[in-house]
Amino acid sequence: MTTTETSVVGVPAAAPTRLPFAKAINAGLQAALAADPKVLLMGEDIGRLGGVFRVTDGLQAEFGTTRVVDSPLAESGIVGTAIGLAMRGYRPVCEIQFDGFIFPAFDQITTQLAKMHYRSAGRVSLPVVIRVPFGGGIGAVEHHSESPEALFAHTAGLRVISPSSPADAYVMIQEAIASPDPVLFFEPKSRYWEKGDVALGSGPYGAGEVPKTSAADLTTLNRAVVVRPGTDLTLVAYGPTVATALKVAETAAAEGTSIEVVDLRTISPLDSATVVASVRRTGRCVVVHEAPAFYGVGAEVAAQVTEECFYQLEAPVQRVGGFHMPYPPAQLEHDYLPSLDRVLDAVDRALSY
Amino acid sequence: MTDTISASPVSEGTDGAAIPAGDPSADVFVRGADQDPGVVRLLAPDGTRTTDPAFDAYRRRVAHLDVAALRGLYRDMVITRRFDDEATSLQRQGELALFAQAKGQEAAQIGSGRALAAQDFVFPSYREHGVALTRGLDLPEILHLFRAQEHGGWDPADFNFHLYTLVIGSHSLHATGYAMGVQRDGLVGTGDPDKDTAVVAYFGDGATSQGDVSEALGFAAVNNAPVVFFCQNNQWAISVPTSTQSRVPIAERGPGFGVPSVRVDGNDVLASYAVTAEALERARSGGGPTLIEAITFRTGAHTTSDDPTRYRTRAEEQYWEDRDPIARLEALLRAEGGWDDAFATEVQAEADALGVRVRDFVHALAAPAAATMFDNVYATEHAVVTAERTWFTDYQASFDDADGSHR
Repeated sequence: MTTTETSVVGVPAAAPTRLPFAKAINAGLQAALAADPKVLLMGEDIGRLGGVFRVTDGLQAEFGTTRVVDSPLAESGIVGTAIGLAMRGYRPVCEIQFDGFIFPAFDQITTQLAKMHYRSAGRVSLPVVIRVPFGGGIGAVEHHSESPEALFAHTAGLRVISPSSPADAYVMIQEAIASPDPVLFFEPKSRYWEKGDVALGSGPYGAGEVPKTSAADLTTLNRAVVVRPGTDLTLVAYGPTVATALKVAETAAAEGTSIEVVDLRTISPLDSATVVASVRRTGRCVVVHEAPAFYGVGAEVAAQVTEECFYQLEAPVQRVGGFHMPYPPAQLEHDYLPSLDRVLDAVDRALSY
Repeated sequence: MTDTISASPVSEGTDGAAIPAGDPSADVFVRGADQDPGVVRLLAPDGTRTTDPAFDAYRRRVAHLDVAALRGLYRDMVITRRFDDEATSLQRQGELALFAQAKGQEAAQIGSGRALAAQDFVFPSYREHGVALTRGLDLPEILHLFRAQEHGGWDPADFNFHLYTLVIGSHSLHATGYAMGVQRDGLVGTGDPDKDTAVVAYFGDGATSQGDVSEALGFAAVNNAPVVFFCQNNQWAISVPTSTQSRVPIAERGPGFGVPSVRVDGNDVLASYAVTAEALERARSGGGPTLIEAITFRTGAHTTSDDPTRYRTRAEEQYWEDRDPIARLEALLRAEGGWDDAFATEVQAEADALGVRVRDFVHALAAPAAATMFDNVYATEHAVVTAERTWFTDYQASFDDADGSHR
């Protein structure tokens, strides 16, 4: 997106604009930077280069080096200084270059960022966003394809969200920035180049002002969404696997099976009400994510569905995810990732009961 | 460790000779580091003022401290130590879960703390009770944390004094980020002493081994952030000497990052004040960060869970007790006519009153209601916390009799 194009943000668009996923995030960041001088971007190579995926392209040129900050190559330092900036009243948005590079910052995120509000008895809030390009499927070398979201969802004090479409990405990044609580924002990097309709001018910063909305208005931080209605089975996904789930539903429809697809959008909190309402109607549930199934988000979904839908369930909840191993060499990732066929296989298993 | 106590030039540790890491017997820092002629000292251990012209610039920074001000510093240090002693006793009586003593480090803390301006912001570690005093925090408030009744205990914004940080070194980055925020607020180099703002991070010798401290030095340097890193090298990180953390004096780490560094006698309250005042002025005026290594000694244990007799000698403790910061300032006051019985009695009475107040405060601290543990996990409602709180409240209520009483 060029600066000229993003300058329309703030004026509700008459018609949706078609944007790639990465550009939609860029537009959301631009809207927040333009509306609130306290919003800052920090990260490695995000300034002149615009980030290795160009998500921050053009933003340093527009907002300057003190607001779009090329940081030293130290993830703990990025998050640790973001905490200090937030204490001083700023709203830092940190980019972790790749999922596998987040662990140097794991201590600052889980020990400091997540706990500050609690240990200060509510006196200190840290509105810090940590953007993480995550997931595989792009043929990358090691440490560039991981899905560590469950580690953060398991940490109280953090919100963990993941958009699946450009439209959601544009609004969700703004809601993350508007959140008084820290947010881990997992961006499905394999989807960065997928285009979709984006309603520029929507979202908390879309009107060009510092939002006055309360957190309860931040819908995508709290609510899952049914992205395709169906009656025979509920397929739960988030981030990169929502596209897979929609293809599965389409394929299954051709075979006469009606699948409802739920996009979680938020992993912490988990909108179990939406999932449960769906499964109570369909009686069957399959959960799919790229992260290893073992102790994964799907395990929590399965447990909650089992607790809440015991009498409606026609089959055990099926999980489809990565295997319990380090992310394999990319030449093998096609067999590691939950593919259309593997999800269909799980659907068949659920329907066989 | 040898029994002979002698001044050991720090260069002994840097000559490449085979000193087994972590072997206290070869330690060059534990004792005598304060004798390095490069260490800024304005008061000798006997309380006389030093005359080395190399420190004249620092001397000028304390020239305005008259007898009343010196008495104030003395009073601060005595009060801090009394708090320390009372809290330690309370832990021994089972009233506190833990306590981390500042004993022996009062000069480093009071000297640096009294150099701060109201608008400056402090990120302490967990034994900065003296600094807390200088920031206006009522010392008993610190004991919420050590009674395990709260994780914090005060509002950092009320005192420009952040909560204690127990994971060592983490807050050096928070201080640096906060200082980067001060820069963006335009509160550096304005020339207005009521506006220009500095940030101070306190940590110990052990924390300098944490990557976060190195990252903080790097981030602070490249951002020219108005932050002062105040390291109290108290010789021991629980049971291991400073030589286990570093083969060079800690202050030598700063220049590699482009951070000016200074070593100061941390048991000399005037020198601690002077070097901090200089570093704060550099930060506030736009000159960037400074690393201060204050050489001191914790005469108490690491915490009340520790037993220093297992790793250090009585001789070493005696060496440092002979350099006690409070006795040193008392000697100066006596020599310069600042001491009389009335003053001594007054300070003693104030310390006694604090002791009573600390005990009363702790005894009155009630355990929080159980359901409050669900408070403030998030600033906004989080469905999981809400659901679990509801479940827990109902669960607790299920034990109540119909008349509302608890079985």
